[in-house]
Amino acid sequence: MRKDSVILIAENDQAHFSLIKTTLQNAGINSEIIRLTDGRETLDFLFMKGRGPERLPNKEYLLLMDISLPKIDGLTVLEKIKRDPNLKKIPVIILTAADDQDTVERCHSLGCSVYIVKPPEHKTFVDTLRKIGLFLSDVQIPQLNGAAQTGTIK
Amino acid sequence: MKKNSLILVAEDDAGHFELVRRNLWLSCVEHDIIHFKDGQEVLDFLLKKTKHPAHDENNSYFLLLDIRMPGVDGHEVLRQMKLHPELKKIPVIMLTTTADQAEINRCYEMGCSFYMVKPVDYSRFMKAVENLGLFLSMDAIRVPHIDSKL
Repeated sequence: MRKDSVILIAENDQAHFSLIKTTLQNAGINSEIIRLTDGRETLDFLFMKGRGPERLPNKEYLLLMDISLPKIDGLTVLEKIKRDPNLKKIPVIILTAADDQDTVERCHSLGCSVYIVKPPEHKTFVDTLRKIGLFLSDVQIPQLNGAAQTGTIK
Repeated sequence: MKKNSLILVAEDDAGHFELVRRNLWLSCVEHDIIHFKDGQEVLDFLLKKTKHPAHDENNSYFLLLDIRMPGVDGHEVLRQMKLHPELKKIPVIMLTTTADQAEINRCYEMGCSFYMVKPVDYSRFMKAVENLGLFLSMDAIRVPHIDSKL
């Protein structure tokens, strides 16, 4: 990942967000990290709608997302991203407590890049995040064009 | 990743494959690594056109895919997989020498999970493969089951 690429973290839990951010940085990630607190904010950011922060055109983004998000859940966000001809390029890493095979199948059918379960134990969680960070350091991510191509988000 | 999941590597350069295999194996000892020399071989395997003992016992995969291969190239493999109702679920990591942004965009548009550029520097390449191996071998990764009857 390049320094000017951005990692978006859609995570409702403040403590989890801080841990994810710090551990990725400790693993060598120097890209900007932006927090989105619910599904609505995530869609607004990517589709450049609403009053909150928005993405910039011609920049590279990667999304790390929990499934259980307030307002709009992660599965719906994933579906809307992957249905948009421009946004569908974004690699989406699912990082969630939900550990059932049906959800795994569904996320992969919708087009998530990888599905990772948050380990319940703190030490293992940190180790998992560290390995994600090391891996992402060598990953190239796609550039998004200007505006999202589908008109409305419901 | 579950212990019996297979790591498929489509790579026409035997030297590169050997480096990848050796360094992945250090961290992914629990997983079988299967080599394909070109795109047609990997499609034949996935579409069950060839008999392969490992295929019958396993139904979850991760594919590391080179782009430039003779005959059916990585683009075509990715395109066909992502149009297939079952095979589209398989996570595909592009592992290639091209660092061109248009190429990166194109592969993500076609549905690859991640795109990695093989570093030219030997020790950096080894480190990248080692980190990839550590990532793939995490217990926390869940891979989809592929119904190979389809």
